[in-house]
Amino acid sequence: MPTTTMTQSTKSQSPTLDIAAIRADFPILQRRVHGLPLVYLDNAASSQKPHAVIQAMSRYYEQTNANVHRGVHTLSEEATAQYEGARAKVSNFIGACCPKEVIWTRNATEAINLVAYTWGRANLKRGDRVLLTEMEHHSNIVPWQILSAEIGFEIDYVRVADDGTLILDDLSKLLTPRTKLFGFTYMSNVVGTLNPVQLLTEAAHRVGAVVMLDACQAVPHMPVHLQALDVDFAAFSGHKMLGPTGIGVLWGRRELLNAMPPWMGGGDMIREVHLSGFKPSELPWKFEAGTPAIAEAIGLGAAVDYLSQVGMEAIHQAERDLVSYAMQRLPEVTGLKILGPAAEKRGGLVSFTLDAAHPHDIAAVLDNLGIAVRAGHHCAQPLHERYRIPASARASFYLYNTREEVDLLVKGLQKVVEMFSF
Amino acid sequence: MDLYAEEILDHYKHPRHYGHLETPTLTFHDRNPLCGDEIELELKIEDGKVTDMAFTGHGCAVSRAAASMMSEEIIGKSLEELRGWDKKDIIDLLGIEVGPVRLKCALLPLKAMKAAVWGLAEDE
Ligand SMILES: Cc1ncc(COP(=O)(O)O)c(C=O)c1O
Repeated sequence: MPTTTMTQSTKSQSPTLDIAAIRADFPILQRRVHGLPLVYLDNAASSQKPHAVIQAMSRYYEQTNANVHRGVHTLSEEATAQYEGARAKVSNFIGACCPKEVIWTRNATEAINLVAYTWGRANLKRGDRVLLTEMEHHSNIVPWQILSAEIGFEIDYVRVADDGTLILDDLSKLLTPRTKLFGFTYMSNVVGTLNPVQLLTEAAHRVGAVVMLDACQAVPHMPVHLQALDVDFAAFSGHKMLGPTGIGVLWGRRELLNAMPPWMGGGDMIREVHLSGFKPSELPWKFEAGTPAIAEAIGLGAAVDYLSQVGMEAIHQAERDLVSYAMQRLPEVTGLKILGPAAEKRGGLVSFTLDAAHPHDIAAVLDNLGIAVRAGHHCAQPLHERYRIPASARASFYLYNTREEVDLLVKGLQKVVEMFSF
Repeated sequence: MDLYAEEILDHYKHPRHYGHLETPTLTFHDRNPLCGDEIELELKIEDGKVTDMAFTGHGCAVSRAAASMMSEEIIGKSLEELRGWDKKDIIDLLGIEVGPVRLKCALLPLKAMKAAVWGLAEDE
C-alpha cells in the first residue's frame, strides 16, 4: 500500500506528492542501467509497477488460483469474487454507472477493435462517415480503416495545427449528418495535447454521432469521470496505469453495449448453447469469451487502489509541474525543438527533435546514461507526417518522476549535442 | 560507447560520397518506415563494375555511417561480387556490435545497394 501523504509545497500552490515514499514502493526504481540509476521517462509507453500490484498478483497465484465463473469449489469462488471485485474498483475509478459497463479486454487496442467489429459492423453502412483526428494513435485509426475497406464508409480527419492542438474551426462541417462515430484521443501520446472532450462530445451528439474516446493517456494520469464527460465508449490499458500487461478496458454506455452483437464466441460469453444456435450472456460477460486474464484483472484492481490512495488530482498536478519544468529547461539544449502546445494545454509528456541527432541516436546515448526515453513515431505516423519529421524523441512522466530526473535528461541531451555536432 | 565509436561518428559527420552523380546508371530509393531512415542510392556502372557511387537521405548515425563506409568499399567492385554481399560485410565494415534493434538501420544501405544491383523495382 502506498505510504504517501499530501503536503503543501512551499514553492508552488499545487498539492505535491511525497515522491520519496512513492519511489520506495516501486522495486524497479532501485535498479541500475549501464551502471547508473535508472531514470525511467517512457511512461506513456508503459508504466512501472508498485510492490502492491506485484504482490496482489503473486498472492492470487499462491493462494487462490482457479478458473472463474465455473467451479463451485472454494478457490473458484474466491477467484471469481476477486476478479469481479477488481471490475467494481475500476468501475468506480472511471465514473461508470456500474461494473457491467466495464468490459475486460487485453488492452486499449483490443477495446477499440471490439467497438469497430461489433458496433461498427452493426451500425455503419456504405455512404456513412467516421470522423477521427490526425493525432490518433494507430490503434484508433487502423481498425476503422480495415472496417472501411470492408463496408465502404468514408473516414474524415480533424487536422492538427502547428502548435499541436486540434483545428476546430470547421468542426461543424466535418461532423455531417452522415457522421456516425467520432473517435478521438483525450490526450495525444506525442504532443501531449489535452483535447476538449466535452466540447467535442457535445458537437458529435448534436449530429447524432457516437463518441469513441481513447482514454489511454488520460485515465492513468488525471481524474476521469466517463459518465460526466458524456462519451459513449472509452478505451484504456492497464499497463500504462501501474497495472500489468494483458488487461485493458472497454467502457461503454450499457444501452449501446446491450444493443451490440457479441464479438468473439466461446465459453463464458453465452447464456445457452444448442446445436441449433446460442443465446449470448448478459453484460459484461457477453463480450468476454474464454478464460480471461484473471491475475491481471486483480493486478489492475490493486493498481487502481494505489492510484486512488495517492490521489489522481495530486498526480495530475505533480505531472503538470514536471512538464512545465521540463519545457522551461529543455530549450537550453542547442537545436532542440519541442513539439506541441504550451505546458498549460498538455499532460505530462514532451516530445522533441534535435538538429544534431536522429531520435534513435538520442535514445541510444541517453540509454547509456541510464535514461529511458522513447524514439520513433510512437505509433502516430500520420502526426509525424503532418509535422514532416520522420521521428521524434519523447520523455513521458509519471508520479514517481522528479525534477532531478529532468535535470539529468537535460544534461544527457547536452552530451548528445556535444557528440553529434558537426 | 561502442555504437558511437570515433569512426562511426566521423562518417556520420562527414559522410563520403554524399550527394548526387551526374549520370547514374542505377538508382534506388529505400526507407525504413519504423524509424524514418531514408536513402537514395546512385551507382555508376561501367563494364560490369561500380565506378562511382553517391547517396543522400536522412537517418541515424548508424545508417548513415553504414552508407558512407559502404560507398568507399564498393567502388571498383563488380556487380557479380556485390550481388554476393550480405549482412556480415556491412557489420564488418562498421566494426561495432549492432544489437537487434539497430540492425535494421545498419542494413538499410546494403538493402538499397543489393536491390539496385539486382535491378529490382522499388515495390518489389
Ligand atoms: C493514445 C494511445 N492510444 C492507444 C494506445 C494503445 O495501447 P495498447 O498498446 O496498450 O493497446 C496507446 C499506447 O501506446 C496510446 O498512447
